[in-house]
Amino acid sequence: MSNVHITLDAVSVQLGAQQALKCVSLRMAAGERVALVGANGSGKSSLLRTLHGLVPPTQGQVIQTPGVRQAMLFQRPHMLRLSALNNVALGVWLDRSRALNWRASKTLALQALQRVGLQSVAQQNGRQLSGGQQQRLALARAWARQPDVLLLDEPTASLDPHAKREIEILMAEFVAGPAPDKPLTLVWASHNLGQVKRLATRVVYLEFGRVLADLPVSDFFDPTLLAECSPAAHAFVQGELS
Amino acid sequence: MNTFSDSVLTALNLVTSFDPALWVVVTRSLAVSATACLLAYGVGVALGAWLAVSRFRGRGLVLVGLNTLLALPSVMVGLVVYLLLSRTGPLGFLGWMFSFQAMVLAQFILVVPVVTALTRQVVEDVERQHGEQWASLGAGPWVRSLLLAWDERLALLTVGVTAFGRAISEVGAVMIVGGNIDGFTRVMTTAIALETSKGDLPLALGLGMVLLAVVLLLNALVAGLRRWGETRHARPAAADGLVGAQP
Repeated sequence: MSNVHITLDAVSVQLGAQQALKCVSLRMAAGERVALVGANGSGKSSLLRTLHGLVPPTQGQVIQTPGVRQAMLFQRPHMLRLSALNNVALGVWLDRSRALNWRASKTLALQALQRVGLQSVAQQNGRQLSGGQQQRLALARAWARQPDVLLLDEPTASLDPHAKREIEILMAEFVAGPAPDKPLTLVWASHNLGQVKRLATRVVYLEFGRVLADLPVSDFFDPTLLAECSPAAHAFVQGELS
Repeated sequence: MNTFSDSVLTALNLVTSFDPALWVVVTRSLAVSATACLLAYGVGVALGAWLAVSRFRGRGLVLVGLNTLLALPSVMVGLVVYLLLSRTGPLGFLGWMFSFQAMVLAQFILVVPVVTALTRQVVEDVERQHGEQWASLGAGPWVRSLLLAWDERLALLTVGVTAFGRAISEVGAVMIVGGNIDGFTRVMTTAIALETSKGDLPLALGLGMVLLAVVLLLNALVAGLRRWGETRHARPAAADGLVGAQP
């Protein structure tokens, strides 16, 4: 596969006494929309953090194609007591691979705020924004870094339905990418199977740190096929949908 | 009228009539402690913030040592600074013994651990919750420590007040390295000790009142600043878009 962005080769991760990931092998290709599903503690967040290089594997290796840029969005984004614009600009300015000056960072930040529809609150304190707006601000901060791979850790958890919808729309728009020849790879953890069905092209099901199913979205939501491929994943989906 | 109420009345008279003998001592005290605290604040905040985000072998021991220094006896600091600054000491060439600088140095040493330890605690709490996000954006330990310390500036104001309280109220160190020389190194606490031993209770009480008033004023100012800052940075109630509490 020539357009592979990240490869995980038999990766295991130990976090304290807990084994967060067990021998996980995955490939993320350009333009894929991969949803990570599973119960709490199944290893979704650990997998995202490993993909982003925040947690080193204790076994196996993570191979990232040189030049591929990543950004990660956390479930509860942290904003400094600065304006929304400066929060995003800081995210751009900190990107050492580009080493932009502050003025150029602010220009990109303003574009990113416009992209997520927050230009009207650019001068407002980032902490004063609502939960939904803060999540959009975090998306702007990630998008301003012009990533090839965007990792999102339950981006719509704890948001109300309206804010959830707004984030989903932005995710769908981001997937289209800045240009057709540069599709964005989206990898996100989610408990929302409806969202997974709407946005994903591929679903990875995790349980106790192991990948028990890795299927195209249509196969994952085909009960007969899923029951054959992975009874555990099938049981999970049935539990979630019932 | 008994001695206490008599002394209080005389003290109030001294304070309100701006008695020069009293106000010279007050001004010097404020100058010494403010200088020591400003210097200690700069060093302590930087060091504390760095300790909060950095991980290295022996960090636990450093933290135990730092927390031990919180209870550093001021007479011990006075003695060490005395030995350092005495003519035959390693810093004797500075000629600072029994001077303003000597008192600043002593108070600086007393206050640095307080600022460092409290800053470390404040910044480390935020680092635990959100440090990974800033690391993922490319902020290394130094940048992260500065960003998080800046973000917690309201909490760090209280650290400054605590440090000032420790500096201005100590007596042992400034007595040893300052010498309590009238018109030169006499500060509020050493003057109170001296006047009490001489039996001049009104002046001692007057100085005590000013000392309390200074600390009270400073606390009120910081409380006001914090309230202003929190109101300014507070999230609106029932913020739209979020279900459940924010961290």
